[in-house]
Amino acid sequence: MIRVVLPHHLRTLANVGKEIELSVSEPVTLAAVLGALEAAYPMLRGTIRDPNTGQRRPLIRFFACGQDFSHEPLDAPLPAAVASGAEPLLIVGAMAGG
Amino acid sequence: MATVRVLVGTRKGAFILTSDEARRRWDVSGPHFAGWEIYHIKGSPVDPNRIYASQSTSWFGQLIQRSDDGGVTWNPVSNEFTYEGVPGTHQWYDGTQHPWEFKRVWVLEPSPTEAEVVYAGVEDAALFRSDDGGQSWQELPALREAKGSLWQPGAGGMCLHTILLDPANPGRLFTAISAAGAFRSDDGGKSWRPATHGLKSNWELPDPEAEIGHCVHSIAMHPSRPQVLFMQKHWDVMRSDDAGENWYEISGNLPSDFGFPIAVHAHEPDTIYVVPIKSDSEHYPPEGRLRVYRSRVGGNEWEALTEGLPQAHCYVNVLRSAMAVDTLDSCGVYFGTTGGQVYASSDSGDTWTAIVQHLPPVLSVEVQTLR
Repeated sequence: MIRVVLPHHLRTLANVGKEIELSVSEPVTLAAVLGALEAAYPMLRGTIRDPNTGQRRPLIRFFACGQDFSHEPLDAPLPAAVASGAEPLLIVGAMAGG
Repeated sequence: MATVRVLVGTRKGAFILTSDEARRRWDVSGPHFAGWEIYHIKGSPVDPNRIYASQSTSWFGQLIQRSDDGGVTWNPVSNEFTYEGVPGTHQWYDGTQHPWEFKRVWVLEPSPTEAEVVYAGVEDAALFRSDDGGQSWQELPALREAKGSLWQPGAGGMCLHTILLDPANPGRLFTAISAAGAFRSDDGGKSWRPATHGLKSNWELPDPEAEIGHCVHSIAMHPSRPQVLFMQKHWDVMRSDDAGENWYEISGNLPSDFGFPIAVHAHEPDTIYVVPIKSDSEHYPPEGRLRVYRSRVGGNEWEALTEGLPQAHCYVNVLRSAMAVDTLDSCGVYFGTTGGQVYASSDSGDTWTAIVQHLPPVLSVEVQTLR
């Protein structure tokens, strides 16, 4: 199972805890994880990526294994540790303000 | 006994205030959608338990929430607002053309006659309609054909913020768009034309009487007399007696004719309310005194309403969607401020009370009178 950590507002919206688990078929990419996430929690559609273009919303970041995957192509494979469930994918609201 | 429900959208959530018809004690529920911007929250006139809320943040985009039990529980409905066809371009700040991009929903206007029909006004400016209670949205694209390539965003964005539905003529709709103007349709939104003749924007436009570009802040009508419209423009309070064909100024003796909201008394179609603001560069009341101005004669002659409102050191603003009336026999008037107060008057504006004082900045106020 893939582990995904959601930011506060999306946890509230989806009525889930901090971390959720998703079944994602290989290859495990950002697009595959987001697709599984939106299928399991339809209320999250449009909150992480634009529903029309599919592009990451500008103030959303994707972190995993101490690295920033926000600017990687959505169809690029995520690290093996994420695919195995050893490490979570962190969906983060970007820092803003002073 | 009647109940009054005040729906308040703020920068950090929605609040619902409820009172009996005496309107002295208010129960406050909320924040609903805590931490999210609620640009607008409004109930259906057909089914008052059906309430829609526009919920958004810069981080997570737009959601539309719907309640079917008077705001106790909520469920998200569709947030897919897709422009029809190739969206095209509009004017950008630097004079170049810029593609239409959806940003947020500013206003939700439920139909006065059909329970499942609701309209949404969005930024970048366009009008959407849902026939299934918000489960899906379709654009009425002809609006953007009303010289949309000439529209350009104002400081607050290129937003469609006002939707008026003529209760006597289902085909007639009015919309207002910041820094673009006012528009009218007579065929249910299939075709549109600018409704700006008579507006003058001497300081904002190179041609003060141009058809496109006037910064309309809000428009109001009384349901019994829908051909008469009242407008708060960027500067100038205006009136039309022919459904927007022609406008004339009714600012009269106002201390400033800049402002954002305008409202009409529930039972007196010629009694109107505005909140003068000092200027477009100083968004607070003149002299730091918060005053609602009321005209009982449809404009030009205005009286200051001050009892119960702060008359010193008050530097709040009242935004365009943040004033509304109830329909009780003694008409209630309500407005919210950027300082987080909601003021109410149960006597048509003669006296005012802050019914809640420390909310986040108020973006919108709507009122339901439940009998």
